[in-house]
Amino acid sequence: MFDTAVIIETVVKAVIVVAVIAALAGFATFIERKVLAFMQRRLGPMHVGPYGLLQLAADGIKLFTKEDIIPQNAIKPIFMIAPVIAATTAFVAMAAVPYFPEFTLFGYTIHPIISDINVALLYVMGVASVGIYGPLLAGMSSANKWSLLGAARAVVQMLSFEVVSGLSVLAPIMMIGSLSLIDINDAQTGGIGDWLIWKQPLAFVLFAIAGFMETNRAPFDTVEFEAEIVAGYATEYSGMRWGLFFIGEYANMITISVLVSIIFMGGYNAFWFIPGGLMMLLKVSFWIFLFLWVRAAWPHVRPDQLMWVCWKVLMPLSVVNIVITGFALL
Amino acid sequence: MTHMDFAHPYFGAFFLFVFGAVVFYGITVLARRVSRNMARLDTEKLKLTIYECGPEVTKQPNKISAHFYLFAVLFILFDVEIIFMFPWAVDFKVLGMFGFIEMILFVVILTIGFVYAWKKGALEWHSIK
Repeated sequence: MFDTAVIIETVVKAVIVVAVIAALAGFATFIERKVLAFMQRRLGPMHVGPYGLLQLAADGIKLFTKEDIIPQNAIKPIFMIAPVIAATTAFVAMAAVPYFPEFTLFGYTIHPIISDINVALLYVMGVASVGIYGPLLAGMSSANKWSLLGAARAVVQMLSFEVVSGLSVLAPIMMIGSLSLIDINDAQTGGIGDWLIWKQPLAFVLFAIAGFMETNRAPFDTVEFEAEIVAGYATEYSGMRWGLFFIGEYANMITISVLVSIIFMGGYNAFWFIPGGLMMLLKVSFWIFLFLWVRAAWPHVRPDQLMWVCWKVLMPLSVVNIVITGFALL
Repeated sequence: MTHMDFAHPYFGAFFLFVFGAVVFYGITVLARRVSRNMARLDTEKLKLTIYECGPEVTKQPNKISAHFYLFAVLFILFDVEIIFMFPWAVDFKVLGMFGFIEMILFVVILTIGFVYAWKKGALEWHSIK
């Protein structure tokens, strides 16, 4: 009987997460256009709805009614399945992420986490790295040079920065002794001075940079930089298939924001008079805003510079960070 | 937050995988249906060609520069290292000094390999000079 209740709870939570995050991912495109516009002294989308708020609906209609083009030489089944892989992995990675503190609804305690795995961090990073199959298959099935280059860049960059993010996140794990994101959050209950960002500033910076890379955001958007390779792996895509790549990218942004907030910035612990749930929303919103701010502020880097920074600077730094943490802990 | 009291914690992940795959695949199928009925169909022959300047469509081979594969090999080396280090990091305080020295030896051996790859130029992009 109890198990049935938990199963129903899990199913409901999964449906809510997919619906809400997909809607938020769509909304984030609107926010991105607005923020970028204001940073460049423009107004951004203004015509559809009040203050341009219905732009999201207009974009959705456009994506749905656009003709679904599959190019002549493309390998059809792989071409059609690649965006589904990209979007699905982005959402499956969210299963092990807690969003809010637990709360009671109608006398029933709800844990806002879909599956409480004890290796949550490893799970999230593993599923997120399966996501490279989306760009890779898309690029290789398109039979187009731009797509192929974009796919190769996407894969090599995501692989390289997975090393950095994995190594940088080891130091906090050494301090806390658990891979579960709930335990990591509970280890930082003592207010703002207890956040791991003060104890692990280097790991925080490295993980943030790797997060920017893994979501293909500027300044590391060499995967889909228009001036070099037209639209990267998504060159041949149109309509809703292209939209799924976009949803996956924004869902990845939200996952990275939640991860950074939980691991380094105190997670969903209550702060002073602000309740934990609101605190989490504020932190995630700040990180989403930071993603857009960085895009507006910095030019992009070349792929060789990116590889240079990744393997010759960030990777040794993260190993040194682990050794220093080890000496400090013992 | 306390942990959930549930014997099968991976059920949620599995359900999310099935649900997400069905929903997103369904969206592409639905979009294909809708667009077939509503989009302006144009049977121009060159429309289905790839995005390229040439009018003639040729089947292009999927050739990627061998340099990308070097990074993939390096990645396998270092990712296996990281997977090996995760359980060590979780039990770091239990293993104590012994585990720490063992891991430092392991990292030193890997660093030798890394320095070798660096000196060999595997991390350089051979640009046109």
